[in-house]
Amino acid sequence: MSIRSENKRTNTLLVIFLSALAILFLSPILVVLVNSFKSKLFISSQPFSFPNPDTFAGGENYVIGSQKIKFFNAFGYSLFITVFAVIGISLVTSMLAWYLTRVKTKFTSFAYYLLVFSMIVPFQMVMFTMSKTANMLRLDNPIGIIVLYIGFGAGLGTFMFCGFIKSIPISLEEAAMIDGAGPVKTFFLIVYPMLKSTAITVAILNTMWVWNDYLLPYLTIGTEYKTIPVAIQYLRGGYGAVDMGAMMAMLVLAMIPIILFYLFAQKYIIRGVVAGAVKG
Amino acid sequence: MQKSIQKYFVLFALPGLLCFAIAFLVPMVMGVVLSFFKFSTVTDGTFIGLENYRRIFINDDFTSALWFTVQFTIVSVITINMGAFFLSLLLTREVKGTNLFRTIFFMPNLIGGIVLGWIWQVIINGVLLKSGVTIVSDPKYGFWGLIVLMNWQNIGYMMVIYIAGIQNIPHDLIEAAQIDGAGKLTMLKSVILPSIMPAITICSFLTLTNGFKLFDQNLALTAGDPGKQTEMLALNIFNTFYGRSGFEGVGQAKAVLFTILVAIIALTQLRLTRSKEVEA
Repeated sequence: MSIRSENKRTNTLLVIFLSALAILFLSPILVVLVNSFKSKLFISSQPFSFPNPDTFAGGENYVIGSQKIKFFNAFGYSLFITVFAVIGISLVTSMLAWYLTRVKTKFTSFAYYLLVFSMIVPFQMVMFTMSKTANMLRLDNPIGIIVLYIGFGAGLGTFMFCGFIKSIPISLEEAAMIDGAGPVKTFFLIVYPMLKSTAITVAILNTMWVWNDYLLPYLTIGTEYKTIPVAIQYLRGGYGAVDMGAMMAMLVLAMIPIILFYLFAQKYIIRGVVAGAVKG
Repeated sequence: MQKSIQKYFVLFALPGLLCFAIAFLVPMVMGVVLSFFKFSTVTDGTFIGLENYRRIFINDDFTSALWFTVQFTIVSVITINMGAFFLSLLLTREVKGTNLFRTIFFMPNLIGGIVLGWIWQVIINGVLLKSGVTIVSDPKYGFWGLIVLMNWQNIGYMMVIYIAGIQNIPHDLIEAAQIDGAGKLTMLKSVILPSIMPAITICSFLTLTNGFKLFDQNLALTAGDPGKQTEMLALNIFNTFYGRSGFEGVGQAKAVLFTILVAIIALTQLRLTRSKEVEA
């Protein structure tokens, strides 16, 4: 009985501690939200107070900010690029992984090691030459950049799909082929349905990467087509003070889609992260 | 079966390999070659041997960025992993609201680096307001600011991986230890820690490489100010490339060194912690 009540007490303390921590974790977002409704002059002078009649700016920051950086265009570009890059990566790398796993030659194992190696190479290594190459090949537009994302995402995607394909028995595919199905039918009707959970993991990890990516879109399409992170950083401008009011409002708008996505797909996201980590 | 799949090389393997070649492989090879050239676009180089590598060390901005990056990475790896492990212990104790807490602690991870940098710039400047300074008054503010930011972003992610590790510990192992009279500390040291070595491997790998390659957060939080004193390696390389013309070769040479460094660190770390993993 005494152990039980002691346990109960530590549990209550624990919940209180965790709740305090959770509030602390959420507070940065709340500070930004509150400040986004304050006139820009008061954000740096009274960052932690609620707006009062003198400092309240209504939706002004949102209007000015979204005009300045064309936020809704940026949202469109980000959405378009993320959706098609993620679909592209999942499809292309699952096919590549199947080929590399089922065809055993010196070439395929060399290609596999190169792909895995690419995962640890920092982006700065290739950023200059890659952006020049993209420029020469006319890939410097929202459609072309998808090719680049598939190329950069190929390492992780192929690696994860290979890990899973190695674990499924080849006999199923052999049976299908003996029954007269060609490789295309075998892959799309037999193999692909089995890859579903890995495909979700790959899609989640890549969504988080592509949506938030800054340097690749900045260097290749940044002057004409600004994605959300590029647009946000663009608010900094060249010299002079940053319009912090517009900045706060745009930070809020930038966070809304990702938080909504998280609330809807939370289960898959956390599962995807764990699965990705275990295989990585 | 291998033969018939091989006939479909163009469909299955070529798209992925082509994207990979365009985005990564060709730029990577070009980058290594160009590090021995003086150039301003990728087609106008003159061979200058190791001159670019020598010029890296003419001033000390690269070595000071390296030093800042090393210090930052060590501190952030330790704080993030300890924080995440501590939270994972608390959240596997079956207290009320565990799922809600997990959701909240994980959320900052989805927010992109640029947005994170600006959020924390406002908050840190707000905290420093009383002392009449800003985040770029002294490099130590930038340093600790980045540490806090990275903890906020990454603790939840690593926590999720640690939680999965702890939940995978077989129940009879824990019960056996309890019957043998193991105290809480012994339990932690002799049962929990050895069983979650794979999680420790992957979390320290992720935090280590993330820390070393950090760019977006660094750019948005301080952009390297004051002076170049909070500039990390990735940002230093970026500024060398795009800051002033005539230094593209030096930037590329720095990028090669950076890549070698990251590869060595990543491989050493994997070997070190993998050797401590026990067979389950």
